[in-house]
Amino acid sequence: MDPQEYQQIEQQNTPPTPYLKNCLKAFLVGGIICAIGQAITFLYMIFFDFTDKTAGNATVATMVFIAMILTGLGLYRKLGAFAGAGSAVPVTGFGNAVVSAAIEGKTEGWVLGVGGNMFKLAGSVILFGVGSAFFIALIKLILVSMGVVEW
Amino acid sequence: MILFPSKPSIVACSAVAGPVESKSVFYSYFDSVSEDERWGQKTNEQGHSKMIQEACDIVMKKADLKNLDVDFFLSGDLVNQMTPTNFAARELAISFIGLFSACATSVSSVIIASLLTEVGASRFAIAGAASQHNAIERQFRYPLDYGAQKPATAQWTVTAAGYALIGKHDPKLPSVVAATVGKVVDYGEVSPFHMGGAMAPAAYDTITSHLKKRHQKITDYDLIMTGDLGKIGLKILKAMFAQTDATQEELEVFRDAGAEYYGEDEAFQSGASGAGCSASVYFSYIEQQMKTGRYKRVLLVATGALLSPMSFQQGETIPCTAHAIEITME
Repeated sequence: MDPQEYQQIEQQNTPPTPYLKNCLKAFLVGGIICAIGQAITFLYMIFFDFTDKTAGNATVATMVFIAMILTGLGLYRKLGAFAGAGSAVPVTGFGNAVVSAAIEGKTEGWVLGVGGNMFKLAGSVILFGVGSAFFIALIKLILVSMGVVEW
Repeated sequence: MILFPSKPSIVACSAVAGPVESKSVFYSYFDSVSEDERWGQKTNEQGHSKMIQEACDIVMKKADLKNLDVDFFLSGDLVNQMTPTNFAARELAISFIGLFSACATSVSSVIIASLLTEVGASRFAIAGAASQHNAIERQFRYPLDYGAQKPATAQWTVTAAGYALIGKHDPKLPSVVAATVGKVVDYGEVSPFHMGGAMAPAAYDTITSHLKKRHQKITDYDLIMTGDLGKIGLKILKAMFAQTDATQEELEVFRDAGAEYYGEDEAFQSGASGAGCSASVYFSYIEQQMKTGRYKRVLLVATGALLSPMSFQQGETIPCTAHAIEITME
């Protein structure tokens, strides 16, 4: 049996990835997480001295904190298995990546274990997130100085 | 293919498993199931080691032997440098060779133990393999609490250890009569979440080679059991044999330990995997079924994927192997 022939047999007997179902689940859960985030933003604006611009940081911190608790209780893992990108893409997914790696590193001590492993998964998110934010800001700066858009 | 004219026997067996494995269909055949996945130790790796020690202690106790009576300890696991097995060997103080054939170690260790027995170098040798879910997942995949979605082809690494005590021939016991050491086969599978698909060709290669050299048909065996192809991998293996004109009756001879391990529970997707998967089924359920006479002749084909997380990231395909032992009961 040659590899091409085998790949055909393998494909025929491997269930296809349910992309549509996965997308729907991701949309639903991701949407709910974002709606919760929006609600928290409103709460900060109504009950505290925040504006729609300044409430962002507090909301992110709160969402990450919730994700941290859920990760510690082993619930975020279950949510992730169901929702896929729906729970991985929002900032709670970032929190989960940081905290799960930190928990795992605990047996190797605080410095090399927790500290050294914490950003193992999330490190690339930070690198490419900050990098792309810089370039987007640069583009916007150019557009603003050309008078095309306003800040 | 290797023939063992002296027919070394499986004197005793032991299987020890973790808490999740209480859901296994083979649960009632295990000697001990721990409620703590770390066996009361501080780290998963220490728990892994403790589990191996416990399984070895049980197998020696069953045969009424002490560590000094055992000539060789042949074992392996999936953690880097196999520290859990090495550390267990430190406590056991038995001459030790660590073996790495990934999840096929359960059988490669028995092949070497049988050879040592055959040449008269060993009176008793403990052979087997183990895996601990948390320690292995961490190494090969994501942190345990990371929320990732896995495809239907993914398998669950078992927390289990299985060991066989190989000694001189005893007609009342299951005996190793022949073995095939597998080649490394690679049909280009790249997904570490489709081990069944990667390993099926290796199992196919080893089984066909064994049958050919032994001049046997599939139906000459009561059972041909692969290690951890999982539900999907087993389906692929059967499709490969169907392609070469195997009949329905012949296809029914095939079973897979990983596919059956957790029954129909969908949480485990394609089934079980890990070095302890085949070991804990072969050295509990299969041995007991042979002793009761349900099976007279079986071919155990443990399958192993020889990848590392780094090889996968570097874009390498997944080379796989399968080792087979033929066990008969008079």
